[in-house]
Amino acid sequence: MLRFLVRRSLGAVVILLIISALTFFLFYSIPRDPALLACGKNCSPEALEVVRRNMGIDKPVPVQYWEYMVGVFAGRDFAVGPCPAPCLGYSFVDNTPVWKTILDRFPTTVSLAAGAAVVFLTVGLGAGMLAAARRGTLVDKVFSAGSLVVSSLQIYFIGPLAIALFVYQLGWLSQPEYVNLTEDPAGWFAGLLLPWFVLSMIFTANYTRMARSTMIEQLQEDHVRTARAKGMSRPFVFFRYAWRGSLIPIVTIFGVDMGSLFGGAMITEFTFTLPGLGRLAVQSVLNTDLPMLMGVMLFAATAIILCNVLVDAAYAFIDPRVRLS
Amino acid sequence: MTTVTKEAAGPAPAAPGAFLSVRDLYVRFGTEDGVVKAVDGLSFDLERGSTLGIVGESGSGKSVTNLAVLGLHDPRHTEIAGEILLDGQELTGAGERTLERLRGNKMAMIFQDPLTALSPYYTVGRQIAEPYRKHTGASRREAHRRAVEMLDKVGIPNPRLRAEDYPHQFSGGMRQRAMIAMALVCNPDLLIADEPTTALDVTVQAQILDLLRDLQQEFGSAIVLITHDLGVVAETADDILVMYAGRAVERGSVREVLREPRHPYTWGLLNSMPSLTSDPDEELTPIPGTPPSLLAPPPGCPFHPRCAHTAEVGGNRCSGERPLLPEGRGAACHLTPEQKRRLRTGGATGLPPERHRTEQPGSRPA
Amino acid sequence: MKDAGGTSRTADTLPAPRDGGHEPSRGEPLLVAEGLTKHFPVMGGFPFRRQVGAVRAVDGIDLSVGVGESFGLVGESGCGKSTTGRLLTRLLEPTAGRITYRGQDITRARRRQLAPIRPEIQMIFQDPYSSLNPRQTVGTIVGGPMEINGIDPPGGRERRVRELLEIVGLNPEHYNRFPHEFSGGQRQRIGVARALGLQPKIIVADEPVSALDVSIQAQVVNLLHRLRREMGIAFLFIAHDLAVVRHFSQRVAVMYLGKIVEVGDRASIYERPRHPYTHALLSAVPRAALWDDDEAEGDGDGARAGAGRRTGTAPGRGRERIRLAGDVPSPVDPPSGCRFRTRCWKAREKCATQEPPLVRIEGNHEGHLTACHFPEEPTTAARGADVILDPALAAAERDRGPSPAAERDRAPGGDG
Repeated sequence: MLRFLVRRSLGAVVILLIISALTFFLFYSIPRDPALLACGKNCSPEALEVVRRNMGIDKPVPVQYWEYMVGVFAGRDFAVGPCPAPCLGYSFVDNTPVWKTILDRFPTTVSLAAGAAVVFLTVGLGAGMLAAARRGTLVDKVFSAGSLVVSSLQIYFIGPLAIALFVYQLGWLSQPEYVNLTEDPAGWFAGLLLPWFVLSMIFTANYTRMARSTMIEQLQEDHVRTARAKGMSRPFVFFRYAWRGSLIPIVTIFGVDMGSLFGGAMITEFTFTLPGLGRLAVQSVLNTDLPMLMGVMLFAATAIILCNVLVDAAYAFIDPRVRLS
Repeated sequence: MTTVTKEAAGPAPAAPGAFLSVRDLYVRFGTEDGVVKAVDGLSFDLERGSTLGIVGESGSGKSVTNLAVLGLHDPRHTEIAGEILLDGQELTGAGERTLERLRGNKMAMIFQDPLTALSPYYTVGRQIAEPYRKHTGASRREAHRRAVEMLDKVGIPNPRLRAEDYPHQFSGGMRQRAMIAMALVCNPDLLIADEPTTALDVTVQAQILDLLRDLQQEFGSAIVLITHDLGVVAETADDILVMYAGRAVERGSVREVLREPRHPYTWGLLNSMPSLTSDPDEELTPIPGTPPSLLAPPPGCPFHPRCAHTAEVGGNRCSGERPLLPEGRGAACHLTPEQKRRLRTGGATGLPPERHRTEQPGSRPA
Repeated sequence: MKDAGGTSRTADTLPAPRDGGHEPSRGEPLLVAEGLTKHFPVMGGFPFRRQVGAVRAVDGIDLSVGVGESFGLVGESGCGKSTTGRLLTRLLEPTAGRITYRGQDITRARRRQLAPIRPEIQMIFQDPYSSLNPRQTVGTIVGGPMEINGIDPPGGRERRVRELLEIVGLNPEHYNRFPHEFSGGQRQRIGVARALGLQPKIIVADEPVSALDVSIQAQVVNLLHRLRREMGIAFLFIAHDLAVVRHFSQRVAVMYLGKIVEVGDRASIYERPRHPYTHALLSAVPRAALWDDDEAEGDGDGARAGAGRRTGTAPGRGRERIRLAGDVPSPVDPPSGCRFRTRCWKAREKCATQEPPLVRIEGNHEGHLTACHFPEEPTTAARGADVILDPALAAAERDRGPSPAAERDRAPGGDG
């Protein structure tokens, strides 16, 4: 098991290297010079050279990449000051340290994604299992039809609608905002309630359908029948035997959905103007801010890969056949 | 559950002393194509401590019958009518609670494929201990001790260690042993074994069958052994019930049925089976055609479209009138005993006249 | 739709085999394997995956199937019999060894070189449900391979396909039907028709009847029998059912853990087996015949005398009873020396150190080869004492005295 995790982590490092290199070289294929932008309107060639050196973009691109990667692991010195590891550089735009900005922004995105995941896993799986247990009844039909409708909605459509309804029309909730969890947990919760609801909507529908179909499949397994033949009660068999088996496909899809969950979180940030990584990423692209963009990309990729390693570890936890082979 | 109209004469009362008594059982499934008459008026009795072999091909209703006994059928698509008496207790209309108390406790089941029939997510020991805890109220520790004891009994080496293993760490034969341990853990009075050795290798099958027989003596359970293999029945059972298209067509002791089969279908089964003692150069005698669809089983005797002797009976009797299976030894066939004797001029083997196997030179030193 | 009448309809005569070129006569070797080996790699290791071992599915076997001969390959799961079939049809690449077809080495033959031979070596598979494309009609399934191989029968392919359907006992009218409209036995016939369309010289039949009901099994076995007899097609018949193999095969090889442990003509293998494993296999086959017991229980009445079905049992002697312990070991790490030694009651030190060669041992008929250092007596009759290696069984029977079954199978007074 440990071997498996180590091997997976090694693979993750390789993937991260590829992602970082791709981002780096793609950035330089954009026909825009960040130094020219930073230098301002009346820029002399000499001044431009100085700016370039200060930004660290006077060297060939592969050398820059190398220095960047060294900086990530060992830290490096910039003209504006020293930058300890993990050094992601300084923003081209306002010279703030990238790492600090990201640390500042990521709690919003993670709160959004994690909260939404809790919502759609609880509601989606619950509804799906209920539909499976009451297969063929009215409950099942309503859930199935409902999930089909909901899954065809989009965040940027239901987001504004939800604000219009709950904030302006009914006045139940205040305008969504991000309040630090450690400072004001209640405010944090209240401020994110609407974004969670909106972001989890589509996922909930998908998980309802998936939970229903995998549960129905599992309930027809031979070993589930055996458990019933042993005299175990229906609820016991449902939760201990069938549910356990349905976890594998659900966890698999959850791992795959990680990327779209972060993507969805970023769209949600935009819809509700929350200060998260998604907005940071878009801004840095618009500003030709390479260090910020690299920072966000690497951070997001690391987070997603980490989640996938966790999912793989979860397999081993759920299924002894994975753990012991 | 709706009632099913019963055909023919009403069922005879349960035989006194019978431990399991199935009377005039009907099982029907609703499917998209129509109603499948999976079991069509079946009656049999089983005494304590004895073994009944139910023999039939796929679709004969042998497995369905036993799922119905345990109440494991899907209630939404299944109609059941008739009586299933276990030790005098009616099971057909029994509530889920009642059945749960009986399952795994008084009646237990062994399934065909031990790999899929055991849960991959829990240790073997835990799966064996589970019903013991439920039915006896034993503590976790006691139940575990019992599970280890059962594993030892069914011949798993290092039972204490192996109890902590998962089914996928067991070999096929060991899994079936674990399955048997699980079924016997509460000392059930009735054990239903549905093709318990079909998924196993020959040498392992022999071990398991002998083991089942030995354990039966120790536990005194009655066994219903469902199989398609007459050989397995011959080696294990006391009585045979031959099923075809959801009906019992012949019944008797193993010796009676195998030595003097009375139903043309049983003749056909015996003749189509290659054996280690028949003349290998002679062609097998298959039963022509295929088993009937249970959506629309043939009228009269279900076997008549494949039977070679309908002309002997004469008229349209075979296709028009359903032959009844008498109580005790007998066959559901319109042929008279004299006709059968004439058709089986070969003697006691029940072979139709076209089939005489020649004596083969002695295969063993005398 | 199931057509009960369709399956029993069969043609009386079969067409003569395709002519052209040299036709080898019966008895000549057709398909020969020497030292045939297949190891499937086992991946593992840390931190980088590499091959850490091998499943030694087939480990150096020699066999030869003659023209028009039916050769049976029996063994339990994991013995490598199916892999052998796939190697011989070149569906798998052998790790080592040599395969020759009509004297021509085809072990490493490329696709193009194999093309003219491929149709002559055909295969029938176990599962009639998954081995036919559900989206193709019977006509396409049977006719397609003919088209690919450029076989243009006189009168057209469709006519030929209809003919073939009739030969295998299906209704030619079913040309346009789909596999799901047929029962298992009928599907297996479609598989046979597909193979026949290419006018094969040899058919490798991998468990062709084990997925079928008993009454249907006999239909298919008889069909294959007829093809061999009347069309001169050789068969490599792979099965786990010893009785079926006995019925179909002239020569039989017994495999255990990737090795052939005994090979010989049918009578030698079934009546004069020498390898302990062959003994164990034969003794494990459940038999529907009860006549032995009549003897043992002293009630051999007159009925027995007229029993035409029952032959060859010397009066007063039952069959031997051998119950092995455990299952077949893993082919990843097979036992040293003789592979059967871990389950053998005769195993001694020599068995662990020396692999017994497959040779004709003393007392064997010609062509009967056995790989054993300490062979058994050439008989399957009951011995003085049962061989019970299974610990649970042994314990149960020791505690309680011999079970009725044990008594049933034992010769009276022969207990040791």
